[in-house]
Amino acid sequence: MAEMNPRITVEYDDSATIVTLLDEKILEERDVRQLESSLISLIEEAKGLSLVLDFSNVKFMSSAVLGLLIKVSKRVYEHQGKLALCAISPKIYEIFKITRLTKIFDIYPDVQDAVTGLSEQ
Amino acid sequence: MSDKEITKHFVVKSVYGALEEPRQWLLSQLRQYDYSENDIFAIHLALEEAFYNAIKHGNELNSDEKVRMDYVIQPEQVRILMTDEGPGFNPENVPDCRVGENLYKTEGRGILLMKSYMDEVRYNETGNSVEMIRYRHPDESLAPKEKVPKR
Repeated sequence: MAEMNPRITVEYDDSATIVTLLDEKILEERDVRQLESSLISLIEEAKGLSLVLDFSNVKFMSSAVLGLLIKVSKRVYEHQGKLALCAISPKIYEIFKITRLTKIFDIYPDVQDAVTGLSEQ
Repeated sequence: MSDKEITKHFVVKSVYGALEEPRQWLLSQLRQYDYSENDIFAIHLALEEAFYNAIKHGNELNSDEKVRMDYVIQPEQVRILMTDEGPGFNPENVPDCRVGENLYKTEGRGILLMKSYMDEVRYNETGNSVEMIRYRHPDESLAPKEKVPKR
């Protein structure tokens, strides 16, 4: 397991790259920018990446993270990859629901379901 | 739990990171007043969104311009007034972020979230000051469903 920019850990499964967000609260703009930097680096290193973002540690985030996820998803798709989000707490999921982003992101209960879901796409 | 009202104001620069002290003060007071985790989450989120809008869109990240936050915390409601020094705007002109191409934009969700998580959200006529109120909710209630109609 590799830790990067102390915001994420990265694990490599046979069929997917699993990124776990480490911070409980993603608040400040610099946090979001650091996260962006880490994720974009990963995406650009590997064409056709199946990327799973694990939110199990995240207890609070603002809409800046939603914007980041949209940027990340665009970059993943530009690199012929796939993206899934997983383990989103009910409070955080509510933010996705209110903003209707549940329509554009594939969201799964846990990492295993997300990996399976991506492999079936 | 306190049965009194407490008020405080902060004036900060329009820089990311300037919300740290006002945020921590507010969250600690909400806990003292025994607001539920759902209420705290809702108020915290609205605070973050309103502050981001104030510094980014209101004051355009000009660190010479300030944002003023006025808090009034009562046993049954929390009121936040956030005022920037920008020219203001018409909140009615903000596109609905849930519709069409707007869904794929990286910004524009702040006001929707403020209105969804706070019980009252009002802008002054100029549009550079927003008042947000959340009443103490029963524990199970986080955000009202579909509170903001789609345009």
